[in-house]
Parts: sequence; structure tokens; C-alpha cells
Amino acid sequence: MRRYILARFVQALVSMVALSLIVFFLARLTGDPRDVLLGDDYSQEQWDKMGELWSLDEPIYVQYAIFLRNAATGNFGESIFWKEPAVEMLARRIPATVQLTLTAMSLSVIIAIPMGILSAVKRDTWIDYAGKTIAMLGQSVPAFWLGIILIWVFAVSWSLLPTSGRDGPLHYVLPSVTLGWFTVAGIMRITRSAMLDVLDSEYIKLARVKGVPENVVIWNHALRNAAIPVVTFLGLILGNFLTGFVVVETIFSWPGVGLLAIRGIQSNDFAIIQTVVMFGGLLFITINFLVDIFYGYLDPRIRYE
Amino acid sequence: MTTFPSDAGTSLDAPSSPSRLEVKDLQTWFYTGRGVVKAVDGVSFTLEPGETLGLVGESGSGKSITCLSILRLVPEPAGRIIGGEIWLGDTDLLQLSRHEMEQIRGRHVSMVLQDPMTSLNPVFNVEKQVGEGSMYHLGLHGSGLKDRVQQLLRWVRIPAPEVRANDYPHQMSGGMRQRIVGAIALSSQPSVLIADEPTTSLDVTIQAQYLQLLKDLQEEHRFSMIFVTHDFGIVARVCDRVAVMYAGRIVEMAPTRELFGSPRHPYARALIHSLPDPDTEVEWLTTIPGQPPSLYDLPPGCPFAPRCSEAMDICTQEYPPTFETGIAEPGAAGPPASHTAACWLYGDGSR
Ligand SMILES: Nc1ncnc2c1ncn2[C@@H]1O[C@H](COP(=O)(O)OP(=O)(O)OP(=O)(O)O)[C@@H](O)[C@H]1O
Ligand code: SF4
Ligand SMILES: [Mg+2]
Repeated sequence: MRRYILARFVQALVSMVALSLIVFFLARLTGDPRDVLLGDDYSQEQWDKMGELWSLDEPIYVQYAIFLRNAATGNFGESIFWKEPAVEMLARRIPATVQLTLTAMSLSVIIAIPMGILSAVKRDTWIDYAGKTIAMLGQSVPAFWLGIILIWVFAVSWSLLPTSGRDGPLHYVLPSVTLGWFTVAGIMRITRSAMLDVLDSEYIKLARVKGVPENVVIWNHALRNAAIPVVTFLGLILGNFLTGFVVVETIFSWPGVGLLAIRGIQSNDFAIIQTVVMFGGLLFITINFLVDIFYGYLDPRIRYE
Repeated sequence: MTTFPSDAGTSLDAPSSPSRLEVKDLQTWFYTGRGVVKAVDGVSFTLEPGETLGLVGESGSGKSITCLSILRLVPEPAGRIIGGEIWLGDTDLLQLSRHEMEQIRGRHVSMVLQDPMTSLNPVFNVEKQVGEGSMYHLGLHGSGLKDRVQQLLRWVRIPAPEVRANDYPHQMSGGMRQRIVGAIALSSQPSVLIADEPTTSLDVTIQAQYLQLLKDLQEEHRFSMIFVTHDFGIVARVCDRVAVMYAGRIVEMAPTRELFGSPRHPYARALIHSLPDPDTEVEWLTTIPGQPPSLYDLPPGCPFAPRCSEAMDICTQEYPPTFETGIAEPGAAGPPASHTAACWLYGDGSR
């Protein structure tokens, strides 16, 4: 297991280097950042000053080295709009996004996994059909549309829930439902089909032959195996949340990273965009690393490879 | 249910009390989109304590479904046991609740599955999988359970059991895995062991070793066995009696020597006569002309009629009941000698 973790860690490091290269060159390939940053109206003095600040007149590999050094110390430049270090702005917004993610994710998992299992165990009964219907709705209703409908029904028509901001538990309801909706459907579908496959297997038959109680067969023997594809999917979904934030945080004015990204893009704020992209990439790599480790825990065939 | 109280805490050396297994007129049907498949349709037999009954027949004749029905593990909801009785001692297994049935499985009736590569759970180690039966049925925990697993692994001759107990299935060979499956099946010392083609997927030398192991274990622990196979060589080596299945029914049943010496049912005769030598391990089922019947719409009468050179008028009208045909070579020691065949050729006078 230790070797396995080490191998995954090295892989994650390689991904990070690749990420930094991509972010750096994307920013440089699109031309001299000064063209964007300074707009149409600037003096030669401003141009030179910015060149010095960002080391834009050095050879490209020196620029990259400087970029790496800055990145390592968390220095991604200053927002031109808010005149504040971009990293600090990001850091202030992370808790809101993380809390929303955790709420939406836990809700989805708590609802979707038992529903998927139940659907599989009660295959072709009304429970299964109900589950399938929910899954279908979840996959065909886009988040932005659902968000607007929820606001309209629960906030505007019935005045039950707040529409925006983050001042208390009630504020979490609509954004998490919107964010988790698609996820519930996906996790349920994957759980159901993974469970169906596993429940059909010979080793489940043997567990029953041994006289293992049926609830242990399902929740231990079968689920431990079915969890493998489900965890893969959870990793992907978490990555997907990154895009979900932009939509959901915009709809509900949720003061998180997604909203920051939108503001950054709207105001052409180079430092902010670069920071958010870097953060998204790092998050994605970290999630994948954690998923891989969890995998190793679940599946001895991977652990002992 | 009074016959099988919980065994938790009883001595490990006490096997499940030897019991007679009696299957009466078992019917297991599948309800599919294309219609009803009568996979098992009126199967009856008895299995005396310590006896080995061979179950042979073409692919699809209902051998596995018969076995799974005894454990009440027919794939639901398509498959259902719709009639019959399965007596173990004086308990009808078909009358038990699901929970009571869980206490029968593994403890009193157990099974070895066909494919060792797929019948172990890939995410659990050997110790957990082998020990589980003893945990639920014998109430063992902790170091008692660990010792029990070691003992079971030694029974099935796993080398270095202390090391192997921590292995996962993917770290072991097919022959080794099948012995683990054997240890699992025998872990609570059941009185009936069902073996559904346990050696088919093993290579020949490993096959022979495994058969010998099963025979030795049977000698030592005195369980009775239902042995499903395609291989008449194996039948001759391990079975006391043989039941020949065709299209969901037992068409002939006799002591092994008797069946080889004087088969009665035309299907069984064709099988045996197509064998060059009873000890040769050949795929013998392909040698009978004609196709096995589709179980979706069996014609009235004897399902073998379309392939039978001796078919008579009545054969296509009415299904033949099971007739006692008398033993050809009496005097052989062993279980009550009887030789039955479901064929109108033996119906004269009795009807
Ligand atoms: N899940 C199922 N749904 C529909 N029909 C089934 C199902 N399982 C088995 N059957 C039918 O039941 C019949 C008996 O199957 P069974 O597995 O008992 O055959 P078998 O004698 O064990 O054959 P083999 O030698 O190939 O193992 C087959 O004809 C098959 O078509
Ligand atoms: S009953 Fe008739 S058709 Fe069937 S095996 Fe006997 S003789 Fe042949
Ligand atoms: Mg079979």
C-alpha cells in the first residue's frame, strides 16, 4: 500500500507540473498580457512598469521559472480591479465553496447510494421504476433551469427560502439541491448498475450458499465491490462540481470561488483568472489523488499491483 | 422449526447431524418474456446419509437449477419454485422462512460452485471468506475463529495456511482457489454437499487431486454429496448412484455399476453406448443425434420422442411416469437397490 500511495503521489506531482505549464503558456500564448491588462489607453511608462513587474521582457524559460517561484509562494499577482492579491481574494472565498460542496455532496451520497442499492435489490418493482424516473429527471434537467424554477417556487411564490447570500442554514438549501440534483441522479444510476452486476456474480452466490444473512450480503459483500465504480464516478462528479459552481453561485449570488471566477472574467482580471484556474486544477488533481488512494483501500488487486 | 436449533457454541467436531435429503416432485419454472421455461419439472430423488448421487445430463437439462432449488437460491424474480417438497430430515425446506433458510445454508446443506476464478470475493482475504460460515453458524470469534480457519485450510491441504490466510483471491492459482471454495463449503461441516461441476474448469492433474480431496474429506466427515458432472469417468470414480436428467426431469436412476451395465432409458443407453470406455474422459453429449428440446414449448408426451428410435404412439401423447425396472445384477452392497426409468418401454402391465 505504501508503494502504491507513493506512486500515486509522484503521478499527482507530474500532473501539477503539467498544470503549471498549461496555465503559464496559455497566458503567454494569447499574446503579451499587457495588451489585455492595460486596455487601449496607457502610457509607455505604464507598459514598461508592468513589463518589469511581471518580468515580461525576460526569455520565456526565465519567465516560467519566475512563475513557478511565485506560484510556490502563493503569489499570483494582484487583481487589477480590486487592487488586492488574487490569492487572498481566492482564500476568502474558498470556505463558502467548500461548505456548499460538502453539503451538496453529502446530501447526494446519503440519498443516492441507498436509493441505487434499493433499486438494484428490488429490480423491476415500483421502487426501481420510481428510482429510474428520478434518475432520468436528474439527467435531463439542467442545473440553471432547475435553480431558477426552485427560486421561483420556493422563494418567490411561497417565500419559504432565501434566494441569495449565505447567512444561515436555510441559505444552503436551494443551492445544494441545485448543485446536487444532477449528482444524485448519476450516483444512483451508477450504484444501481454496479450493484446489479455484482449481485449477479458467483461470489455473491457463494456468500448466500454460506448462509451469510442477506443484509450483510448486500451491504458488505456486494457494496464493497460495487463501490469501486461508484468512487470513480464520485471523483469525476467532484470535478464536475467545479463547473457547477460557476452556474449555481451566479444564480444564487453565492460568495464563492465560482462567482469570483465570473467577476474575474467579466472584468478581464488576469491575476484572478489565472489564480482560479490554477486553484481548480490543483483541486482536481488532489481529488483524483484521494480517489486513487480510496481505490487502493477498496480493491486489493490495485493495492498489490 | 424444531429440528435445527441454532448450533452456536456447539463443539467444532460435531458435524451437522446426518440427515436424509428427500426431494419430491420439485418444480422450478422461469417466467421469461418469451414464455415459461420448465427448467425443473417434477424431479424426485432421495439422498441417504453419506451417499454420493451423480447428476448427469445435457447442458440445459436442469441440473444446476435442481441444485440451486435445494438451497432456495434460484435466481429471482424470473425463477420460482412452484411446487414440490424438499425434506432434510423431518424439515421441509420449502416451508422455512428466509431467515430460517439462512441458517440451513452452509450449516446443513452447502455447495461448491463451478468456477473457482469467479466464486471468491475479490475484495476480501481468505481468512474472512473461509471464516465467515463458522462465525455465523458456530458463533466463533477472535482467536477461536482464526484457529478454525487454519484448521479448515489444513483440511483442504493449503500449504502454509498462516501465510495464505492473509492472501487475496487474485494472488492464488485456480486449483488453490477451488480448494478454498471447498474449505468454505465445508466450514460448518454440513451433512449435504452439493458439487456443481467442481472440476470442469481445472486442468486434468489438478482435477484428479481435487476429486481425491473431496473423497478423502467425505470419508472423514461423512457428508452426503450430489455431484453434477458431464464426465462419466468421474461418475464411475465418485458416485454410488446416478440420476440422468433430460429436459427438466430425471429419466433414469440406478446404482452406478448397474447404470453402466444395463442402461434402460433410450437416452441413457445412447449416452452409455456412445462411450468407448467408461474411464475415458470424453465430451460424450455431442454424440447423440438430434437437438436437445427447447424448454419453451415442450410437446406433450416424452420430450425425448423426436430423437428416440423406439418411440411408440403413446410416447407423443402422454408423459411416461417413472417405472421400477428391477435390478439387473442384484446383490451389490449399498443403498436400497432400485433402478427406475421414465419410459413407456417399461410400462407394460404396470398401466
Ligand atoms: N435465469 C434464467 N432465466 C431463464 N431460464 C433459465 C435461467 N437459468 C436457467 N434457465 C433455464 O433453465 C434450464 C436449466 O438450466 P441449468 O442451468 O439447470 O442447466 P444445466 O443442466 O446445469 O446445464 P449445464 O450443464 O450447461 O450447466 C436451461 O434450459 C435454461 O434455459
Ligand atoms: S418414452 Fe418413448 S420416446 Fe420416450 S424414451 Fe421411452 S420409448 Fe423413447
Ligand atoms: Mg449447470
